[in-house]
Amino acid sequence: MTTLQTVFAKAKADDRAALIGYLPAGFPTKDGAIAAATAMVESGCDVIEIGLPYSDPLMDGPTIQDAVHRSLVNGTRIADVLRTVEGVAKTGAATLVMTYWNPIDRYGADRFARDLANAGGTGTITPDLTPEESGPWREASAQAGIDTVFLVAPSSPETRIKAVAECCTGFVYAASLMGVTGARETVSEAAEGLVERTRKQTSLPVCVGLGVGTGAQAAQVARYADGVIVGSAFIRRLLDAQDEASGLAAVRKLGAEMAAGVRA
Amino acid sequence: MTVTDGILTSADLAGHGVHGDDPDTDGKFGVFGGRYVPEALIPALDEVAAEYDKARNDPAFIGEFDHLLRTYAGRPTTLTDVPRFSEHAGGARIVLKREDLTHTGAHKINNVLGQALLTKRLGKNRLIAETGAGQHGVATATAAALMGLECVIYMGAVDCERQALNVARMKLLGASVVPVTNGSQTLKDAINEAFRDWVANVDHTHYLFGTIAGPHPFPEIVRDFARIIGVEARRQILELAGRLPDAVAAAVGGGSNAIGIFHAFIEDQGVQLHGYEAGGRGKENGEHALTLTEGSIGVLHGSRTYVLQDDEGQTIESHSISAGLDYPGVGPEHAWLKDTGRATYHGITDAEAMDAFALLARTEGIIPAIESSHALAGALKLGRELGPEALLLVNLSGRGDKDMGTAMKYFNL
Repeated sequence: MTTLQTVFAKAKADDRAALIGYLPAGFPTKDGAIAAATAMVESGCDVIEIGLPYSDPLMDGPTIQDAVHRSLVNGTRIADVLRTVEGVAKTGAATLVMTYWNPIDRYGADRFARDLANAGGTGTITPDLTPEESGPWREASAQAGIDTVFLVAPSSPETRIKAVAECCTGFVYAASLMGVTGARETVSEAAEGLVERTRKQTSLPVCVGLGVGTGAQAAQVARYADGVIVGSAFIRRLLDAQDEASGLAAVRKLGAEMAAGVRA
Repeated sequence: MTVTDGILTSADLAGHGVHGDDPDTDGKFGVFGGRYVPEALIPALDEVAAEYDKARNDPAFIGEFDHLLRTYAGRPTTLTDVPRFSEHAGGARIVLKREDLTHTGAHKINNVLGQALLTKRLGKNRLIAETGAGQHGVATATAAALMGLECVIYMGAVDCERQALNVARMKLLGASVVPVTNGSQTLKDAINEAFRDWVANVDHTHYLFGTIAGPHPFPEIVRDFARIIGVEARRQILELAGRLPDAVAAAVGGGSNAIGIFHAFIEDQGVQLHGYEAGGRGKENGEHALTLTEGSIGVLHGSRTYVLQDDEGQTIESHSISAGLDYPGVGPEHAWLKDTGRATYHGITDAEAMDAFALLARTEGIIPAIESSHALAGALKLGRELGPEALLLVNLSGRGDKDMGTAMKYFNL
């Protein structure tokens, strides 16, 4: 299992930012997700976030909503998510699960942490779990030896950034803008300031997500962040593709563009 | 300081000290409630909570709210004895709290006026809201028009069709109505979409949450603004009947009208509290909204509460003939009242509700909302159980004008 610590140490040694790609399990199909995530790794992603599809994704924009809906229609279960993690972890990428809290709550925090670790997962990102409610999950994760990543936002005052960062291991996820997931024309100017403010509260790597859709944007973010997170742009390539092969080709092309971006 | 010359006193909003107290600092009712939301929204929720804390202790705010309730919403609403309807309840005496007589036709106006005033205190100029039956959307659009605020209402596309009349009302009042086409296209999806709007526009927008669900402080604020229903009803029934009722009955979707009438009676241990959820086509085939009676504990829309969910935490789509009860979650305070045993919750099927709907119309000349008809159907059963000496207070939470389309189809009118 490749750890986040290894990834960030290596990226730092190369004097570049890490590239983190997101894809929901079960999209475009159960096997197709493993194939697409593998293509993302082969074209340059250092870390893969496997999304756990949830019926009420209230911080996601239309692209991820669409993909998640298709995944649920495909009948994706937590066992499929774990199988996807296992498949992707074998590529050598550090593999995280990104999920809303309720599926873990229902599955059982200890059980999920243990099963994820056994599948080769290196941790989770939980966008709707606040520091106040995160105690049981952090304990379960520590027990299973996996990382916990939480989000800070442009609206977060210093006290909240500090509280969130103290709950994080692995890295801190800086949401670049006030809004839902999805590629944007430009990366919000708020991102750089948020990374700066977060660095004052923690020595952990700080990665930026939300709204990054092009290699040029990745290059721009890589100048100040330790990692660049790309989700909707990859998914868009798969949604727009005529067939699986052309989808994978488009994913590889974008992955290469992003990988060049974080090295610029 | 207590303001006493209105119908509302500062004690009605501040420090009523019921069941040990307001939710604790994390917004918990026992293990229920809290905040499960993106970090981006935490500062906005903190801001709303802090401003509400100031407002509810501010005589000027309470005075203004009270003034609007009396001169705009039409409060206090009356109690009505319904003897001909009661004959079908084994002779128990049923008294209705007439929230259907408020401006806009449902109890929703109480919460909306309070929160719209709060929005102005927050210095924000745009309101967004979710709506199921459309009553909360209409009430929000009404308050926005009254106070000169921009207004966007999110409504499931299925509900837009079921409640076309209310869509037209909202538009006439100057609101934009956005049909939500993802997920089940009902209330839960409208809430998701409203949260997405809020996180992107939170600097100038208040999310005027319509029920006692959602992240802290919404369950507390909405309850406090709805609480006037029970505060009035308690005084009125003592005057009318010379005693407290044996039971209070209300319909429960998200739970705001029910908590509104229950809350003032929680400390009256002799008063039973009964909530009636939408049993839809029956629990056997899974087409219902029996969140408290058939659901399990989970997290939905930012709050820990009872949820209709599968074994892996995916929300199960609810069903009810009444759009306002068609919701797979419920306010955390009801979850708490259920688990402590202080209130009891039951299911009423679509058919039982429609029977009660027609019965009240024919026996008393009152056409109730289909939501409220669930409480009426519950009261019919409860009356037969408690016997002819029993006194039942039922929250008639809204009127049925908006439901004529459904009634025409259901009864072949």
